[in-house]
Amino acid sequence: MASFQIESLTKRYGRVIALNNVTLSLDAADFLTVVGPSGAGKTTLLRLLDLLEKPSSGSILIDGEDAQDMNNCLRLRREIGIVFQHNLMLNTSVSANVVYPLKIRGEKSDLSGKVSRALERVGLAGYEKRRAITLSGGEVQRVSLAQALIYSPKILLLDEPTANLDPRNSSIIESIVTQVNREDAVTIILSTHNVAQAERFASKVLILRSGEVADYGNASKMFSNPSSFLATFTEMWNVYRGKALPIGDLSLIDLGDNVSVKSSTIKKGDVTTFINPDEISLTLRPVENSGRNIFEGHIVEIVDLGERVQLEVDCGKKFTVRITKTVFKDMRINLESRVYLSFKASAVVVN
Amino acid sequence: MDQILEGLVQAFWLLVTLNHELYLILFLTLRVSGIAVALGTIVGIPIGASVALRDFMGKKLFISIVNTMMGVPPVVVGLVVYLFLSASGPLGILRLLYTPTAMIIAQVIIAAPIVIGVTVSAVGSVENGIRDKVISLGATKTQLTLTILQEARVGLVTAVILAFGATLSEVGAVIIVGGDIRWVTRVLTTAIVYETELGNFSFALALGAILLLIAFVINWVLTRMQWSGLRR
Repeated sequence: MASFQIESLTKRYGRVIALNNVTLSLDAADFLTVVGPSGAGKTTLLRLLDLLEKPSSGSILIDGEDAQDMNNCLRLRREIGIVFQHNLMLNTSVSANVVYPLKIRGEKSDLSGKVSRALERVGLAGYEKRRAITLSGGEVQRVSLAQALIYSPKILLLDEPTANLDPRNSSIIESIVTQVNREDAVTIILSTHNVAQAERFASKVLILRSGEVADYGNASKMFSNPSSFLATFTEMWNVYRGKALPIGDLSLIDLGDNVSVKSSTIKKGDVTTFINPDEISLTLRPVENSGRNIFEGHIVEIVDLGERVQLEVDCGKKFTVRITKTVFKDMRINLESRVYLSFKASAVVVN
Repeated sequence: MDQILEGLVQAFWLLVTLNHELYLILFLTLRVSGIAVALGTIVGIPIGASVALRDFMGKKLFISIVNTMMGVPPVVVGLVVYLFLSASGPLGILRLLYTPTAMIIAQVIIAAPIVIGVTVSAVGSVENGIRDKVISLGATKTQLTLTILQEARVGLVTAVILAFGATLSEVGAVIIVGGDIRWVTRVLTTAIVYETELGNFSFALALGAILLLIAFVINWVLTRMQWSGLRR
């Protein structure tokens, strides 16, 4: 539980401006995701917030205290946990790694009990005696999370914690982070280039582009009406360029490859459209509904996302669809299966 | 060939019969090199660590000087220490020339650069990610330094091994500042020189074999420490 006030934060490395004039404010127990492509300044922002680096200008207040004041720095940093994208382990046992933050804080009581509970929380019970540098990538990320959680930080920073991880490890980390946010009211700042991840958890979203704030605000609002930048920088979102032609109260958008979609937004000329993969329904037979966009296609890719499954369906254009695992199993579909996609005209967002 | 065999037999015989002079020489050798390496380590590790962990003007120059000193011929060190300690030298008043203390001083000057140089490279090769991690977990500057040293522990033991090797085997410095005085400043290496000059080749060889043996025992102990450090 801690609030953040960040005012005109700027970081330069020589001539390169890694982060330019970022202002945002977070309340206690907020969940902010920082979204942006590689090189957008996500890591720089998190390193500044963890007080690992000093900003070139601007200020960071944590619960109203100036974080750049040398007298506050160590104390405030000890309230913050961070999980880096690439975490290194001390060359010793897992338990010595996890207990390390408590030891340097001079804590002495029930250390082994706390270590066991922290490891249990991240699903690594019994890993105490393993050598930390022999762990797999997913295990290292989870031990790092245990290291951060063991001292009950008020703020948890996560820098693309699930990049390069398999779906199982990703979903373990995601569920712990959500739990910590909801149950322990820890303020979370998570950077990701995975928009779906941002959409699932965040109460607030900050979109960075080349070190600048491209958008910042309430998550639900931002995802219901995304900016074209948000829509285009990832391919997951069924983003297409096309030509729109108004017909009655709809637009017909020609996406090329003989695929046209109906949108309830009336526009004319060159447009960028996208369709949220969750708004597309998947059936084995065509749906009888003239109001909807309906396409026939075959499955070309299946990705296990843990509780959900993401499918690529080739209908002339490739569409990304996400369904629950139960539905996926019930439908008994596989690669090359023929399926029908349908989505409302209102699901086609046009910019 | 016969001489080598004879030397080995004599070495064995000297050791088992507890030859008084041999053991005196042996203990003085261990005392001089042991104290020199201990002092070199006490001075060298903190200097090496702070050089590796800090950025300052002339850092590269400093490291180059240290690296040069790592290879400096012991006779040159002996000569300089001799000039400082001789009756007309600036420290002549201390009357240290031809004492074990003078030998220790010379060997510290040989050992310290080795410890500093290897420490700089061992600490410098601990990845920056470890530093970030330790700081982010809330370590103070002292805690950070101690943790980094612990991460570099294998390299630090290497530094001690190399310093021991250099001091045990060198003859140039100890012979100049110690004078190879029988019962007082004679160590294994200077004794080998002396016996060779007298033509007692098998006795010289016996001393050489004993020198190798203690070098092996020390290295064996340190290497075991190093590997247990790796496994920790």
